[in-house]
Amino acid sequence: MSDFLPLGEWVDRGVKLLIENDAGSLQRFGAAIEGLTEVLEQGLLALPVWLVAAVFVLTGLWRVGWKFALFCVACCVVIAGTGFWPQTMVTLALIVAATFLSLVIGLPLGLWVAKSDRVAAVVRPTLDFMQTMPAFVYLIPAAMLFGLGRVPGVLATVIFAMPPVVRLTSLGIRQVNREQVEAGITFGCTPMQVLVKVEIPGALPSIMAGVNQTIMMALSMVIIASMVGAGGLGNDVLASIQRLDIGLGFESGLAVVLLAIMLDRITETFGSQAPRRSLRERLGLARARKTQEQASQPP
Amino acid sequence: MAEKVVVRNLHKVFGPHPALAMDLLRQGMDKDRIFQQTGMVVGVKDANFSVDEGEIFVLMGLSGSGKSTLIRLLNRLVEPTHGQVLVGGNDVAAMDRRALVALRRKDMAMVFQSFALLPHRSVLDNTAFGLEVAGVDRKRREHRALEVLEQVGLKAFAGKKPAELSGGMQQRVGLARALAVDPSLMLMDEAFSALDPLKRTEMQELLLQLQKEHQRTIVFVSHDLDEAFRIGNRIAIMEGGRIVQIGTPDEILRNPSDEYVRAFFRGVDVKKYLVARDLAGADVLPLVHPTLDGRSDLLRARAQLQGLAARQGVVVETGGRLLGVVTQESLLHALESGATSLHGALVEGGGAARADLGLHALVARVVQSPLALPVVDGAGNYLGAVTQTQLLQRFVQDEATHV
Repeated sequence: MSDFLPLGEWVDRGVKLLIENDAGSLQRFGAAIEGLTEVLEQGLLALPVWLVAAVFVLTGLWRVGWKFALFCVACCVVIAGTGFWPQTMVTLALIVAATFLSLVIGLPLGLWVAKSDRVAAVVRPTLDFMQTMPAFVYLIPAAMLFGLGRVPGVLATVIFAMPPVVRLTSLGIRQVNREQVEAGITFGCTPMQVLVKVEIPGALPSIMAGVNQTIMMALSMVIIASMVGAGGLGNDVLASIQRLDIGLGFESGLAVVLLAIMLDRITETFGSQAPRRSLRERLGLARARKTQEQASQPP
Repeated sequence: MAEKVVVRNLHKVFGPHPALAMDLLRQGMDKDRIFQQTGMVVGVKDANFSVDEGEIFVLMGLSGSGKSTLIRLLNRLVEPTHGQVLVGGNDVAAMDRRALVALRRKDMAMVFQSFALLPHRSVLDNTAFGLEVAGVDRKRREHRALEVLEQVGLKAFAGKKPAELSGGMQQRVGLARALAVDPSLMLMDEAFSALDPLKRTEMQELLLQLQKEHQRTIVFVSHDLDEAFRIGNRIAIMEGGRIVQIGTPDEILRNPSDEYVRAFFRGVDVKKYLVARDLAGADVLPLVHPTLDGRSDLLRARAQLQGLAARQGVVVETGGRLLGVVTQESLLHALESGATSLHGALVEGGGAARADLGLHALVARVVQSPLALPVVDGAGNYLGAVTQTQLLQRFVQDEATHV
């Protein structure tokens, strides 16, 4: 029986039409992404292991605490010790590139969705679509448009990872206390000032939760993106499946998990507004927090 | 006195087709019918009032009466559907965006029920917010903010975050933020309603004290009669989007325009707001007018009192000034002792009460003497008299209406 609704065929034809008619700008776009990822990857690979590890450990110490810093040390030792350090850096570069693009598109889009009900009515279902469509499916048109390699991997990741930051940005802005916004307007804020001085600071915990979610989803997607040759830890995971190599699967999987935990715990702290100690204080370089009385004195 | 705010025919309709609702209103359809037919809500209907320079004007009403909408129409947090809002002579309702922003920065400030402080900023930065928005440089705005924080007693807390302060202190910051821009018009939306009664009284006193130091025009929204009477120079009572009565606390108390206004006083001990003027009856005592011929005045007055079977009369000059009180006995005594004018017959210690004498002091004076107590205004003109019986009757009546 033939389908009376050949949706797949139409999409197929549409993508092909796009390739035939607009190859030039697609190539330039692809080259830009390739360049960005390449620079990040080469940069991370060129840095000595101890330096990148130190950044993880110190950031962990600053944002979370000394126990977590120790955990970061352990993570780096395991990843480097099992020989997965270079692949982890490649994966990290992919995550950073994809997250960067997701935020560049997602944050303004989130603000727009928050401000306009009409835009929200279009974007919301689109986001649902992007999130529920099985992640692998994006790889096919991405690979057709840009060939195999990092570019389709990064783009498929952007599509998959962008929805949370759009959603949580718009949610956060819409949930800012109405009287706080009114206070901003009352004291003579322009719409831009309301956004910058009242709404974005008020929505920051929600926005940062969105950023954290986007990073986590990017991590899971760049592993899958190895199927189109994006490289990194995903390659090893894929190889272990193809060869039924349990050991390789465990080691590469473990590296993914450890990287995920480090990124998650560190980035989730940027959403909370609780006062925290500076890195200098954590390291004991500065005196511990001033007493309440001193802190309350005006400058 | 100059009028700071003038509101004329102000309407607000919430809904997709406000013009349609306005047409229906003009045809005389009421708010409920309009809601049933079109689903649109008439928030404010034909508000007209003016607020004088330096006055505290209270908008009072139950929730849903439109008072919060009305106050937001004054600075256009809510867009007016129809009508005029003149602030210092400029029509806010017709202003373009730029003029509106300039007006808000320069002339107006608002204090909110939920305080509406920005949680990520320190108390100092919250207080300086209005100046920051207006582009005042950091040094000057922080100097000013500290000055105002001192006025509200919070200088020591400048470095704290709002969440570290109690509700009462947070609203002091809200007040300081408004004062910092030195507005000529302050809008206060249920500003003290979220505070416990003790703190509320404290804040009302602070406001009155600040008002003594520097008179500002204040429009204050409240649902609390006590508060309205304490701080309001004049009160507008709202119901269902309409202003049903405007007047001084006295006028409203003495002359509630309808059942709705009267209902406000139900369950409220209005006695504590009563003053001598409210209780004085103009026809309680017969009036005796002195003429040039003093001796015959005495005889005439005695005959007048005897004829009315009244024990006591008040002597009032032609201009309305009170001279004093006479009784049948004092008149007789004066005649016997050969006095030549009503002056000789005035009862000693018959001093009058001032019109604004509070209830407590009034009761104390009335019970001291079996005679009625005359009440005069500030110029010494006779307004009426208060008797013990009358006082008791008034209380019995009040008790009856309260039950």
